[in-house]
Amino acid sequence: MHPAFSIIIFTTLSGLGYGLAAWLGLGLLDPAQPATKVAHVAALALIAGGLVSSTLHLGNPQRAWRAFSQWRSSWLSREGVLAIVTFMPLTWSAYLAVFESRWDPVIGIIGTALCAVTVFSTSMIYASLKSVDSWHTPWTPASYLGFAAASGLAALAAFGAAGGASPLWPLAGGAAVLVLIAWAIKHGWRKQAVRPPLSTPESATGLGHIGKVRQLEPPHMTDNYLIREMGFRVARKHARKLWLIALVMGCGVPAALLAGLAVFPEPAGVASVLVALMAVLSLMVGMLVERWLFFAEARHAVMNYYR
Amino acid sequence: MTSLPSEPTGKKLGLVIDLDVCVGCHACVVACKEWNTGGYGAALSDQQPYGAEVSGAWLNRVHSYEVTPDRRDGVVIGEAGDARVVHFPKSCLHCDDAPCVTVCPTGASYKREEDGIVLVDEDKCIGCGLCAWSCPYGAREMDLAAGVMKKCTLCVDRIYNETLEEVDRVPSCVRTCPTNARHFGDLADPASEVSRMVAERGGFDLMPEQGTRPVNKYLPPRPRTPLAASMAPAADDTTDATGFFGWVDRMLDRI
Amino acid sequence: MSRLSAEALSQPVGDTVRKTTCYMCACRCGINVHIRDGKVRYIEGNRDHPVNRGVLCAKGSAGIMQHYAPARLSAPLLRTGPRGSGEFKTISWDEALALATEWLSEVRRDDPKKLAFFTGRDQSQSLTSFWSQQFGTPNYAAHGGFCSVNMAAAGIMTIGGAFWEFGAPDWDRTKLFVLFGVAEDHDSNPIKMGISKLKKRGARFVSVNPVRTGYSAIADNWIGIRPGTDGLLILAVIHELLKARRIDIDYLVRYTNAAWLVIDAPGTSDHGLFARDESGKAQIFESVTERVVPEGTKGARPALSGRAELADGRSAVPVFQLLADKYLDAQYSPDAVSAETGVDAATIKGLAAEIGRVAFDETIEIFERWTDMHGEEHSSFVGRPVSFHAMRGISAHSNGFQTARALHLLQVLIGAIDCPGGFRFEPPYPKPLAAHPRPHGKAEHFGSNQPLAGPHLGFPLGPEDLLVDDEGNPARLDKAFSWDAPIAAHGLMHMVIANAHAGDPYPIDVLFMYMANMAWNSAMNSAGTIRMLEDKDPETGEYRVPKIIYSDAYASEMVAYADLVLPDTTYLERHDCISLLDRPISEPDSVNDAIRWPVVEPDRDVRGFQSVLLDLGARLRLPGFADSRGQPLYRDYADYIVNHERRPGIGPLAGFRGTDGKRTGRGAANADQLERYIENGSFFSVHIPPQAQFFKHANRAYQDFAVSMGFFDTPQPVTFQLYSEPLQKFRLSAEGLREPVAPEQHRERIRSAFTPLPEWYRPLEEAAVDRDEFPYHAITQRPMAMYHSWGSMNAWLRQIHTRNRLQVPGAICDAHGLETGDWAWVISHHGRIKVEVERTEAVNPLTMWTWNAIGKRKGSWGLDKDAPEAERGFLLNHLIHELLPPKGDGRRWSNSDPVTGQAAWYDLRVRIEKAEPGAHSEPQFGPVGGQNQAAPAELRYGQEWSR
Ligand SMILES: Nc1nc2c(c(=O)[nH]1)N[C@H]1C(S)=C(S)[C@@H](COP(=O)(O)OP(=O)(O)OC[C@H]3O[C@@H](n4cnc5c(=O)[nH]c(N)nc54)[C@H](O)[C@@H]3O)O[C@H]1N2
Ligand SMILES: Nc1nc2c(c(=O)[nH]1)N[C@H]1C(S)=C(S)[C@@H](COP(=O)(O)OP(=O)(O)OC[C@H]3O[C@@H](n4cnc5c(=O)[nH]c(N)nc54)[C@H](O)[C@@H]3O)O[C@H]1N2
Ligand code: SF4
Ligand code: SF4
Ligand code: SF4
Ligand code: SF4
Ligand code: SF4
Ligand SMILES: [Mo]
Repeated sequence: MHPAFSIIIFTTLSGLGYGLAAWLGLGLLDPAQPATKVAHVAALALIAGGLVSSTLHLGNPQRAWRAFSQWRSSWLSREGVLAIVTFMPLTWSAYLAVFESRWDPVIGIIGTALCAVTVFSTSMIYASLKSVDSWHTPWTPASYLGFAAASGLAALAAFGAAGGASPLWPLAGGAAVLVLIAWAIKHGWRKQAVRPPLSTPESATGLGHIGKVRQLEPPHMTDNYLIREMGFRVARKHARKLWLIALVMGCGVPAALLAGLAVFPEPAGVASVLVALMAVLSLMVGMLVERWLFFAEARHAVMNYYR
Repeated sequence: MTSLPSEPTGKKLGLVIDLDVCVGCHACVVACKEWNTGGYGAALSDQQPYGAEVSGAWLNRVHSYEVTPDRRDGVVIGEAGDARVVHFPKSCLHCDDAPCVTVCPTGASYKREEDGIVLVDEDKCIGCGLCAWSCPYGAREMDLAAGVMKKCTLCVDRIYNETLEEVDRVPSCVRTCPTNARHFGDLADPASEVSRMVAERGGFDLMPEQGTRPVNKYLPPRPRTPLAASMAPAADDTTDATGFFGWVDRMLDRI
Repeated sequence: MSRLSAEALSQPVGDTVRKTTCYMCACRCGINVHIRDGKVRYIEGNRDHPVNRGVLCAKGSAGIMQHYAPARLSAPLLRTGPRGSGEFKTISWDEALALATEWLSEVRRDDPKKLAFFTGRDQSQSLTSFWSQQFGTPNYAAHGGFCSVNMAAAGIMTIGGAFWEFGAPDWDRTKLFVLFGVAEDHDSNPIKMGISKLKKRGARFVSVNPVRTGYSAIADNWIGIRPGTDGLLILAVIHELLKARRIDIDYLVRYTNAAWLVIDAPGTSDHGLFARDESGKAQIFESVTERVVPEGTKGARPALSGRAELADGRSAVPVFQLLADKYLDAQYSPDAVSAETGVDAATIKGLAAEIGRVAFDETIEIFERWTDMHGEEHSSFVGRPVSFHAMRGISAHSNGFQTARALHLLQVLIGAIDCPGGFRFEPPYPKPLAAHPRPHGKAEHFGSNQPLAGPHLGFPLGPEDLLVDDEGNPARLDKAFSWDAPIAAHGLMHMVIANAHAGDPYPIDVLFMYMANMAWNSAMNSAGTIRMLEDKDPETGEYRVPKIIYSDAYASEMVAYADLVLPDTTYLERHDCISLLDRPISEPDSVNDAIRWPVVEPDRDVRGFQSVLLDLGARLRLPGFADSRGQPLYRDYADYIVNHERRPGIGPLAGFRGTDGKRTGRGAANADQLERYIENGSFFSVHIPPQAQFFKHANRAYQDFAVSMGFFDTPQPVTFQLYSEPLQKFRLSAEGLREPVAPEQHRERIRSAFTPLPEWYRPLEEAAVDRDEFPYHAITQRPMAMYHSWGSMNAWLRQIHTRNRLQVPGAICDAHGLETGDWAWVISHHGRIKVEVERTEAVNPLTMWTWNAIGKRKGSWGLDKDAPEAERGFLLNHLIHELLPPKGDGRRWSNSDPVTGQAAWYDLRVRIEKAEPGAHSEPQFGPVGGQNQAAPAELRYGQEWSR
């Protein structure tokens, strides 16, 4: 699948935003701390930024409001609706934190739950597509949720460090563990992704009873929308390299940094903020690469008709 | 209202495509483009029409496949068992369980209750492309100029068009196909011409494993008998010329 | 829930429908052009039309894009820069016509042969040939010589007709259909409809073709023959049929020269000719009275075998005896030909057995009383439901003439010509060889300011009819009808530029061409041809081909090489005439002709070429074009179509003749004729009476019908020529036995190629090159969705074939380490090209192929300079030389069939080598300048009508 920049940005940024908001909803940080207030605003900004970016690839963004109508059947619509719905408790929580320096557990937990459901719907947009084998698995929502939770908690740890949260180690340690879990899920996802394809050129053409089917001539000699959209291919060598980068940047580095933060006696405020921020940044880079691969490596059934 | 029709559609209008006679001429491809670029919905635009990366929106494309039995032998090419070419037209299959409809966030994509045709209401379409992703067959193409999703309409503006003569109320691709490889009809009616063809010829679904339950069916290439199987023993002793001319003489006497 | 109102779904297609004739190719289907707001909204097939019955191919449906292509020329052009630069200035029609008149009248006065007028795949050959005959140059032909003259000439010389425009399989009745070497053909839609029809009936379809795409893909049996060996395969089938006695003796006796006696007098000038009586009638041996009598003698029982003594004491043998003796020989057995053809013996035996079985065990009969030319009555038409069709796969080889003859021989032997279920003639065919004219062009046939003494093209009946001088030198520029190509019935267009450049046999002054892209895809050795067009004589500084006038409708490669460009209209903007005097569109049971008319008005300063030619004819004061005062006889082509008469009462169109429009075939001109055609869908069709529909070559009712239609003035029955006497006459000349004697250097070629019974020999290029050095064949195929070069300006069609690749058999790929997407050098005795490779298995293992004419030259056809057609597309033509490799004596023959001069495109032998990866094919040429309108970056055709 074509790794559209806007969608990669959208899913990773909004994942981070929802993750952060979800942890904030649990009241783990002191709402009176300026850093917590910033965290609330940042979470909203990330979510909003992601949503805006997701409209960039629309052919007719001016009609985007119509996308709220089909929540009964469409995960994309559900995601849109949920994004809007989730904004309410999140904005409310943010308001309480920013202006009233308080945390309301009911609103907070509603927000947390909605964040989880929203990320879940985002992931279901992909997981519901039977046409893309590697996406069509419960591992997909699991890994989306995992990354949102891990990146959110890492960010929370950073804001916690900035706000002098004490003890910091449960946040940092939890984040490190979640990072590992998220990548473990991703690993599981990758393993399932190499299962034999559901459809083959033989089943796509119904000609398997005659023999092996191979494209002789494409219908048109230049690329078309389908090939550009669905036919993106990444060289195996290339993919392996990128996977390594993702692992190092998204897993090794942040897990180590976060674990360090948890294990070593809490150093001075600025240093731990920096370490946590570096962990978040590195994790985000890893996740961007992971998300790129999520698209780039996915093979769409329609490609059975091509090459 | 949002999803697929809750009841099975009364009619299932669709195409039956005969792979036994399709020669891959692309007539249906161009006729489709021509009809639809001035008809229902936005024109089917072409980008860089005279440039290097020319491409456009098409609702029907013809692929060519080589189908090779796992056997190769020497220089002499017999006929049975060797690689063969199958030309393969493909457009929307108007699936009963059309994922393209259920994924659509705006309701632009819908399946008609009265005849099962899957259509896009372009005024509602935001051009998100998700329906194209969901279609395993590649039957949907975004029009880059209009930013809306295009797909085979089953020529809904022909088949119900009362300004056309009755015989012409068939899809453009069907009307034009020089080998009559494309047939249009109601696949819900077991007595229809198309249903009978499907029953007799073993019409099949593309990618049944995708669970889309396509309405369109494909008819497989007929089984073939090698010529060598017809090798007949020669008539009575014919090897020498005398015997041959004796026969010729007898034939002459019968005239 | 319905979102579309009935009203929304019931929008009229356009505001008017105009019916005319398609011209995206030469099939000439009927079309309904729907017009909306003065623009073309939709083109569909005309259901009533006898050719296409409503269907339309990809090209036909893309007519909109052809018509509105930015590559259209928009005004007359005069070259200002050097040839090939594409630098022109726009001039007025008056200037253009005045200049052309000046150039041409000089030539006509001084030396008419210095005009060479050659036309491409147009359908106005009856006008263009008439014009050039009135002009008086001997140098005229259309493109048939590089196209399919082998097929046409062999057919006419054998059965009085041939495939394609002369006949078609009986699609509705045939039970076994065998197709040789056809990818698309001119009869594209009828063939597709026909194959589908017969397959649905359960009839069997066999395709003989090195490549298994298109029609071959749906064949029940595919015979992946090695190129150039069909003749052997066919003769092996004949061998089998003779052996199995699956021969229609009755048919042979009635309709062929099987019983005619051939003089057996080796070493004399009559050897191998027919024994004839004083009146010239061929003789047969009557086996009851044991006397030699003229053929056709009532009640005679002709002998088909044995030996007869003639009155003069010489002995003679019936044709059939020679034939059987020859083909029963073991050298024609399937086992003997298997290795050469690459087809296994069992397949050949099976094919022969099927042909025999279907012809004789599945006979069909149509009960209809009819009378033959001897007055004998028959109660039915007996059909042998086996039919054949063949085209360039056979004819574009240097042994194609004889191969095509062999195929006709096969059909005759089983009695399958013009019978129910067999091959059927399309009027005005059949037509016996003798009814065709002899060629004209000898020195005594032309002179200053006078018309040529007769038609240019025709059939020599022997060497005495050749267009050569006393030394045997060719009279025509293309050397047609010379010892080089004695039966070049369609001329040799592929030799015109090379010969004009070499001044061999003589230099010319004006080259006038119409609708042929001779600087590119219709040239052999395209790069060399380009150089010849650019080449100047160092002494005079003048181009070696001094003046080139060219009519095209689009900015083709050739336009850049013209000095004066006469821009044509598109096919939707002009009158055209699809005439029975020309290349007919009749069907086996109906006589048809058609017109085109301007269904939209030109928006540019362009004129229909035929009208321009009439104008030029009048300006030159050619008889037939201007009256004695120099006044034009015809206002324009429409006027000519209606009022021109070739013979009294016979004009370009057969329908709605007579002042009341009620006469068919013959009749006075009718001023309303074109209106009547338009009302009728732009065609005219008259059914052949049922009792005249079969055995037309010998059917009295048909012959009478043909006379009434004006095809002939007297009945012209045809006796099928199993044995060809004209060929034998050439052979005798080559043996030095008969006057005029062939010049020494031509003797060997003629002796081996002019066998009176069909014979197979290795294609000349294959015979001349080292088979190990060039072990493979490389051929082209017509893409169904593209017409030669003229589809690349079409925004829709070019998306289907934006570039071509070389399809290479898997085994060759493996041997050379090639994979799909790799680049390779393909090398012939003449040159090399670099191409992109695609692996395929569905092909003869020694044969690679590509689509024809997809490769374009940069800057042409209104395309961007980096268009894939030019960057990555390629032509095989660069590998094909117009001359065969030199032999020891330094002489080089043209790369053509030695009998007809048919260009031997498919004789090409190559080797292949892996090339370094690259981004473009080679050779590449500098860009030619475009003369076309600016091309848009995006097309949204029809957006204004979208609902
Ligand atoms: N769409 C389309 N239609 C066209 C044209 C076009 O350009 N496009 N061109 C028109 C013109 S001008 C012409 S002349 C006709 C030609 O019509 P065709 O004769 O159909 O033209 P080709 O593509 O040359 O087909 C030749 C076929 O012969 C096969 N072949 C090559 N060598 C041999 C051989 O030795 N033996 C056998 N058995 N087969 C062989 C090739 O694989 C190919 O399939 O088509 C006309 N119609
Ligand atoms: N390698 C290889 N070469 C081949 C062949 C092959 O099989 N293989 N086939 C050969 C054969 S059979 C043929 S017939 C030739 C065909 O080759 P060409 O005769 O060159 O045919 P086209 O490429 O169609 O070009 C004809 C020209 O007519 C112009 N034209 C189109 N429409 C109109 C019009 O309405 N009016 C005017 N005045 N001009 C118009 C086009 O712009 C183009 O420049 O190619 C030959 N060359
Ligand atoms: S028009 Fe008919 S024969 Fe041609 S590609 Fe389409 S389905 Fe096949
Ligand atoms: S073929 Fe594709 S676009 Fe058509 S209904 Fe089925 S899923 Fe939808
Ligand atoms: S592109 Fe249009 S039709 Fe397709 S899912 Fe999006 S809104 Fe629906
Ligand atoms: S039914 Fe109409 S829209 Fe669909 S493929 Fe055929 S021509 Fe195109
Ligand atoms: S075969 Fe196609 S291009 Fe040729 S005349 Fe017919 S419709 Fe036109
Ligand atoms: Mo041709």
